[in-house]
Amino acid sequence: MGLLALFRKTSSTASVAKERLRIIVAQERSARGSPDFLPLLRRELLEVIHKYVNVDPSAVQINLGHEDGHEVLELSVSLPEAPRGR
Amino acid sequence: MAEIIVVTSGKGGVGKTTTSASIACGLAQRGKRVAVVDFDIGLRNLDLIMGCERRVVYDFVNVIQGDCGLKQALIKDKRVDTLYVLAASQTRDKDALTSEGVRRVLDELAAEGFEYIVCDSPAGIEKGAHLAMYFADRAVVVVNPEVSSVRDSDRILGLLASKTLRAEQGNGGVKEHLLLTRYNPRRVASGEMMSVDDVKEILGLDVIGVVPESPDVLSASNAGAPVILNVESDASRAYEDAVARLLGETLPLRFVEEPKRSFFARMFGG
Repeated sequence: MGLLALFRKTSSTASVAKERLRIIVAQERSARGSPDFLPLLRRELLEVIHKYVNVDPSAVQINLGHEDGHEVLELSVSLPEAPRGR
Repeated sequence: MAEIIVVTSGKGGVGKTTTSASIACGLAQRGKRVAVVDFDIGLRNLDLIMGCERRVVYDFVNVIQGDCGLKQALIKDKRVDTLYVLAASQTRDKDALTSEGVRRVLDELAAEGFEYIVCDSPAGIEKGAHLAMYFADRAVVVVNPEVSSVRDSDRILGLLASKTLRAEQGNGGVKEHLLLTRYNPRRVASGEMMSVDDVKEILGLDVIGVVPESPDVLSASNAGAPVILNVESDASRAYEDAVARLLGETLPLRFVEEPKRSFFARMFGG
């Protein structure tokens, strides 16, 4: 690196690239093994839940994990504080 | 027993055909009998890079469809004795390539005594790319130190691990290697480009070669001679090293450090 470079404003874009890739690659790898129906299942579940409770789309989490040799489908719905009036 | 090597990447324009041509040529220069096959049906370009475009009479699809024999379609390279090219067809019918047809041609190439069959994959993850990798024993994943190329390579690694014959048979899968192209050590040193180690760490694979960014690559494709034949070029030496590593030699990586510059150039930056 030259002397002039010391006075130039330098930010390492390569490290930004590496960090972004590290995250997206990990995310895509974890989605790779899961069955194709998960996104559709999530959407339909959301529709059903929405009929009764006004939940935010991001409040429904679906995860497929492995536990003691069998697959576990984990569904987590965080309900809003005040349910819709009936 | 022929070894089938697929050269793949997912992303287009990263140097698959350049790499296929140079690796095939390098293996042949070491006396191996090599066939290099273009799987990019509809967009053939390996013939141009190899400089045999005017000698293509029959192509890969002609052989599959039985219009001619394999020997009639193989083009013998004029520079290296043991090197042959099988061109892709220019048909727009993508279904011309069938799994059964590809298997038959690869078997026939092996029966002809070819020791290495280099499959030049098209970009993308469609049928051509799938069939190029399906029968492979080894994969050379070509990657540029750039975000979209690295991400696409990871996608391809996922496919190699699941959608190949070796993966389905469960006998160890396809052996995968990374080959970095368009590497610019000066930009790596200044933090503008990801390093070999960065890419290696993200993708978790060993690196079989690092080809520096070089004007010689364009000159080579202009002339229709694989860049490995230009012995003056750093790109050629980098490909020769990659070929040696493919054959099991252990060599340190070259051309990954910034070349030494003069005192004056260092003082005032470049």
